[in-house]
Amino acid sequence: MFQWISRLVLFIVIFLFTFTAYAVSGINLPYGVTPTSREIYDLHMACFYICCVIGTLVFSILIYSLIKHRKSKGATAVHFHEHLGLEIVWTVIPFLILIGLAIPATIVLKHIHNTDRSALTIKVTGYQWKWKYEYLDQGISFFSNLSTPQDQILNNAPKGKWFLLEVDNPMVVPVNTKVKLLVTADDVVHAWWVPELGVKQDAIPGFVNENWFYADKIGTYRGQCGELCGINHGFMPIVVQVVSQVDFDKWVKLHRPNAGNEANQTLTMKPLSEKELMILGKAQYDKSCGMCHQATGLGLPPSFPPLKRSRVVTGPLDGSIAFVLTGVPGTAMQAFGQQLNNKEMAGVITYIRHAWGNDKIIINHKQPIIVQPSDIERVRRKNL
Amino acid sequence: MTDAAVYTQDPDSHEEHHGPEHGFKRWLFTTNHKDIGTLYLFFSFIMMFVAGAMALLVRVELFEPGKVLLNPEYFNQMTTMHGLIMVFGVIMPAMAGLANWLIPLMIGAPDMALPRLNNWSFWLLPFAFAMLISTLFMSGPAPDFGWTFYAPLSTTYGPKSTDFFIFSIHLMGASSILAALNIVVTIFNMRAPSMAWMKLPLFVWSWLVTAFLLLAVMPVLAGCVTMMLMDRHFHTSFFNAAGGGDPLLFQHVFWFFGHPEVYILILPGFGVISAIIPTFARKPLFGYRFMVYATAVIAILGFVVWMHHMFTTGAPIAAQLYFMYATMLIAVPTGIKVFNWVATIFKGSLTFETPMLFALGFLVMFTLGGFSGLMVALVPSDYQYRDSYFVVAHFHYVLVSGSLFTIIAGVYYWLPKWTGQMYNERLGQLHFWLTTIGMNVTFLPMHFLGLAGMPRRIPDYALQFTDFNQICTVGAFIFGFSQLIFLYIILKASFGKRTYQVSNQVWEGATGLEWTLPSPVPYHTFETAPVVP
Repeated sequence: MFQWISRLVLFIVIFLFTFTAYAVSGINLPYGVTPTSREIYDLHMACFYICCVIGTLVFSILIYSLIKHRKSKGATAVHFHEHLGLEIVWTVIPFLILIGLAIPATIVLKHIHNTDRSALTIKVTGYQWKWKYEYLDQGISFFSNLSTPQDQILNNAPKGKWFLLEVDNPMVVPVNTKVKLLVTADDVVHAWWVPELGVKQDAIPGFVNENWFYADKIGTYRGQCGELCGINHGFMPIVVQVVSQVDFDKWVKLHRPNAGNEANQTLTMKPLSEKELMILGKAQYDKSCGMCHQATGLGLPPSFPPLKRSRVVTGPLDGSIAFVLTGVPGTAMQAFGQQLNNKEMAGVITYIRHAWGNDKIIINHKQPIIVQPSDIERVRRKNL
Repeated sequence: MTDAAVYTQDPDSHEEHHGPEHGFKRWLFTTNHKDIGTLYLFFSFIMMFVAGAMALLVRVELFEPGKVLLNPEYFNQMTTMHGLIMVFGVIMPAMAGLANWLIPLMIGAPDMALPRLNNWSFWLLPFAFAMLISTLFMSGPAPDFGWTFYAPLSTTYGPKSTDFFIFSIHLMGASSILAALNIVVTIFNMRAPSMAWMKLPLFVWSWLVTAFLLLAVMPVLAGCVTMMLMDRHFHTSFFNAAGGGDPLLFQHVFWFFGHPEVYILILPGFGVISAIIPTFARKPLFGYRFMVYATAVIAILGFVVWMHHMFTTGAPIAAQLYFMYATMLIAVPTGIKVFNWVATIFKGSLTFETPMLFALGFLVMFTLGGFSGLMVALVPSDYQYRDSYFVVAHFHYVLVSGSLFTIIAGVYYWLPKWTGQMYNERLGQLHFWLTTIGMNVTFLPMHFLGLAGMPRRIPDYALQFTDFNQICTVGAFIFGFSQLIFLYIILKASFGKRTYQVSNQVWEGATGLEWTLPSPVPYHTFETAPVVP
């Protein structure tokens, strides 16, 4: 019995090790691309090796006794059950080892807390279930949503390489720049975590926490929300693109709101055809609504009510628009007025009014199905 | 405690005249510490299968990327309920069951000091858990905010069933407080006259310390959930930033309860191990005094380290440094315990019956969990580990070995004493090996997952985490289904036909008052105080 079992254990151990070596990309912390992540990595490895040494010591004594001091091998117990010297030794030595670990940890921590002399400040706000990035000095502000299609999550389509780790609008930062993050949340507690940057900062409503990173390598770095924040906690990834200063300046120029802001505004007010609205609306629905209300419009009641045959959707138009603009406080239904522009909003509402047989009910009620950006603007004004 | 106690049953005692009542009344109205201990243990056993099944559902969902079985909302309910039931419905009642059974026997008392209170503290539990589990069958979602139920996710954004959760926590808290009170009073007042403090078995010592921890922190938890209730229904804003409240206050209050709670879950287990290892090493416990001191020091330090669960919340550096140092300090008394157990084994005369196997499994895996605990204590590294699978791996190594393994070890160890039946040793060993293999296959890869960047509590994950998650799921099923062997062993010992007589001492190396009593233990014991050598 014993032999059989020990063989099995051996087999499993060998299996695990070989499996690990062949199949898996990451089994350790990433070394990362910031000074912080590297210091953390070194501290982590130092602590790991110290644990290995202590473990080897303790377990060798244990294994030695387990083999040598068996009753079946004729071992008799010695009467030896107190030794002050030994107790002092194994109190003092671990204490000294701990001091040895605490010193580097303190130094690294001091470094992490130094947010001085940052060149770029980005405010990061966690929402159920997306991130908002505001470049305070550049005046750029946008939301960053999961961009993996629902079809991949529901196994109806092959999964892409960055399944669940891809977003529509990544955070873009220049390389070799100290970026200060001001992290907060709009609803519940979230955490902004990108392992390769060595940053994890809780986003807590009512608090603004500071953190920073200095990426010295161009590339795309991915992370996820690190604090349970509700049903779609697993579906709000973070993507940070570190680009050269030149590319960053170009990006800023492209996204700066004042350049052509007026034109932008009139552009979003231009009436659109039904087909345009539907295409725009479907895409926006998948991004902003589909995670909760589902592609089928059936939602996940009672937390997420269905939109199919919903009274809010099929009711008077202005009420419908106002509902999406202001949301329902204290629930996952956010005030999308701040998140979507008139054009996007018109598209999404048109799509919802059109889909799942809602159009038939709305026609019966003699209400319009198609919503134009001007309708949104009208309701926006009324609600302000 | 070095020599076998010399107490023998008084031949003139009338114990056999006061047998238990028959039928369900025996269990409903019982004030007998042995019956109540049995109730606690069976309750916790049932709950273990309930919460274990939930864990298996979680593991099925995580078998591969994409939706497998559960939608994210139900997934969150499963992780939440698994955690809550395992902590409050499995480990704590099982430890209370062991305490009820063993403390009077170990200190030479006829029963617990407050027997009726004892009945009540057990019978609160089935109602508390009926209420908690009933939320799964309500029309809205059951609690789905994790077992740590951080505000405002559990207050403003919590489902309607949160109120049932709050009241069930209140009931569990009342039950624990009453049980702890009873244990403190029993140990202080009911010891046999010759049972000096420094002769107390370590199990009694660790339960005494644990009971004080319970008395200190369960009211804090009750206060915490009461504030939640107020926020949800009476327009207060303790935790609501929009109303001038503080979401961080919740975390402080919760972890001021939560960290000592961890020691509530493992300290009694330390006591069980300190009974088992000397028995099967046939050598007295090494460094008894230091073991007692270390237990007390762990408990005291346990009160002043709660913020190490909150290193990423934006705490000022001074607070982080203090809590890091204090946390690291806990490694010292914990190390003392491990070293003393190893020294007890060293130069003993070892045999490897099932209780000893589980004790050794505990020793090895708990040490591993302690190592990852030291790593998590370092604030900078903790930035990377926090809320990742590394933490999941860490606390399962500590709690599965420190609590579950020690409980199982204790049950195997005292089962012959309780039932008069020896379990099947081959089956017991099979149970140990499958459990240990399953446990390690489940939780070892989680370290790697966490380091590679997988957050905990996500129902779906990126492709690079697939391999390890599949190993974890396979391990979880081995781990879970091997508990059926344990179920069979327990049922056979409790209800099966008695095959042969078990001696009083049961184990060759066992010492202590409980081993001077016949097996099975009579319904009433130590009506006259025994003399402790």
